Amino acid sequence: MNRYEILLRDRCAIDPRIMVLTAENRGHMRSVPPLLGDRFVDVGIAEQTMIGMAAGLAARGRVVVVHALAAFLTLRAFEFIRDDVAIPNLPVIMVGMVPGVLSDGNGPTHQAIDDVGLMRAMPNIGVFCPADEEEFVEGMAELFDNPRPCYVRYIGSQSAYRREQRTTLQRGIVLSDERECCPDVALLTYGAMVPHVLEAVQQLEQTGVSVRVVHLPMIDPLDESIIVEALHDAAVTVVVEDHLIRSGLYSVVCEIAVRNRIHASVHPIGLPSWFAAGRLPQVLRVNGLNGESIAQRVTAILNDEATMQRTTNGESHAS
Amino acid sequence: MMYDRNVCEVHALRVREHILAMSTDGGCFTGASLSCADLLVYLYTSYLNVRPDNLSDPDRDILLLSKGHDVPALYGTFAELGILEPGRLANHLDCNDHIYWHPNRAVPGVEFHSGSLGHLLSVGMGMALSIRLEQRQSKVVVILGDGELNEGSIWEACQVAHSLHLDNLLAIVDRNWFQANMPTEELSPLEPLDEKFRAFGWNVLRVDGHDFDALHSVLPDLPLRNGAPTVLIADTMRGKGVPSIEARADRWFCNFSQDEVRQLTEELHGTSSATLVSPTLTVR
Repeated sequence: MNRYEILLRDRCAIDPRIMVLTAENRGHMRSVPPLLGDRFVDVGIAEQTMIGMAAGLAARGRVVVVHALAAFLTLRAFEFIRDDVAIPNLPVIMVGMVPGVLSDGNGPTHQAIDDVGLMRAMPNIGVFCPADEEEFVEGMAELFDNPRPCYVRYIGSQSAYRREQRTTLQRGIVLSDERECCPDVALLTYGAMVPHVLEAVQQLEQTGVSVRVVHLPMIDPLDESIIVEALHDAAVTVVVEDHLIRSGLYSVVCEIAVRNRIHASVHPIGLPSWFAAGRLPQVLRVNGLNGESIAQRVTAILNDEATMQRTTNGESHAS
Repeated sequence: MMYDRNVCEVHALRVREHILAMSTDGGCFTGASLSCADLLVYLYTSYLNVRPDNLSDPDRDILLLSKGHDVPALYGTFAELGILEPGRLANHLDCNDHIYWHPNRAVPGVEFHSGSLGHLLSVGMGMALSIRLEQRQSKVVVILGDGELNEGSIWEACQVAHSLHLDNLLAIVDRNWFQANMPTEELSPLEPLDEKFRAFGWNVLRVDGHDFDALHSVLPDLPLRNGAPTVLIADTMRGKGVPSIEARADRWFCNFSQDEVRQLTEELHGTSSATLVSPTLTVR
């Protein structure tokens, strides 16, 4: 059993309110149905009905986990999430499988690269994007402790970063050396991008660039103070995400900068559109999202900034 | 519960008065509300275990208005039966209250809000499933519009309700033969509707939705314990009870003058017929 299955088994054993629904996506929870008995319901390929039912169950006092492919969960059932979960603010925890770049060879129909933006657009719905299985399970446990509507980008990979403390939802995590008070660049990221960003940092630091990495497992509600600090402290801020640049964390960070009147240089590394399907390592490389590509792009951004700085200085001397 | 046709008739007349009273000063979905007034009166007086004093009892029955735009009929029924303070009906479209064109859960007796069509069958299924797991005997009744059956989510839910053997679930189709702007059979024919539900594995009943005796004789005690959900197709008439607006495509949403409401109320009581000058429905 994976840690997700163990969590569901253990939580269901102590909390009779919890139910698990799926729209025939059992891949990550094959051992769960016999353990949960009639508290596991597979509705078949029917995402709208699944969400409506989850809302009805939650209205009876239950805490419902729904588990489905992220693209169909957030898009096919979008209005059901909005009307039946968000408006009445019911405790339905919506776990989306294979989000972002993780849709493998499925192609654009299966690419949930707008999910964070869609779910964030709705009042009452949290957006949780863990970096690895450990963080996913810790965050889910916290959601069970304080049930509320939340969209979760599922991830089952191991140890994306070295952990010194438990994940606490709503707090951003600084993953790099905190001694650097004014880094050359702040890299803001979340979810599956974390290990790739950390790989990029190693390469950047070898070239003498100082970096602060901030991982934001919770996109909504967001740890705004850690972003404001990064925008103030770093010469350049780069947002790295496996999500459409429009409507993702980059958009959020720009909003925060404007609202706080911070004059900052903020750049996106993300997806401009649906990506060509293929094996994950190639998808990451082709779309500029593996460690090496991120390092190269950040270096280019810093060089551009330096050139602009020189030009600006030159102009001011000339005047 | 005690069934008394005379009681139903008295309440139904009053509910229609309430609907007409809400059909001015901003208006409401008059035609769609009048078609299901008798259904709601029958259900709340004679079928559902719902009373002013048990609205938070987990053993109460549940009614969900999936065609939410007929909510004046629901609120009128609530006002008659003491579930809702009748004075609140005067707050229709006042944003200081929650009484508007679709149900809001903040109003006593409303189990779930609606508005967008095609949602509450699946929400009701979640409730029915929970009730079964709670080992209670309550039933869940979902009122659907016939136009609402255009929505694919209804048929998706029908399939799942059958697979989950939700025999404590009753869907009632207010079959008034119109959808927003035109007769259902002209736009997207629904008949043979009985056969469609039967093919999905549901128990199918069909009856005149304005005939209290017929409703009383046909509706079964739930849960049925035969493993299948039940649908009642209630043949009704848009605008029922007020001849000037009966069975008319253009009297779905109405916003009459106060004088017209007075005339229509007299027509409801059979004392005179109304002369309507308000423009008919502009397509919404």
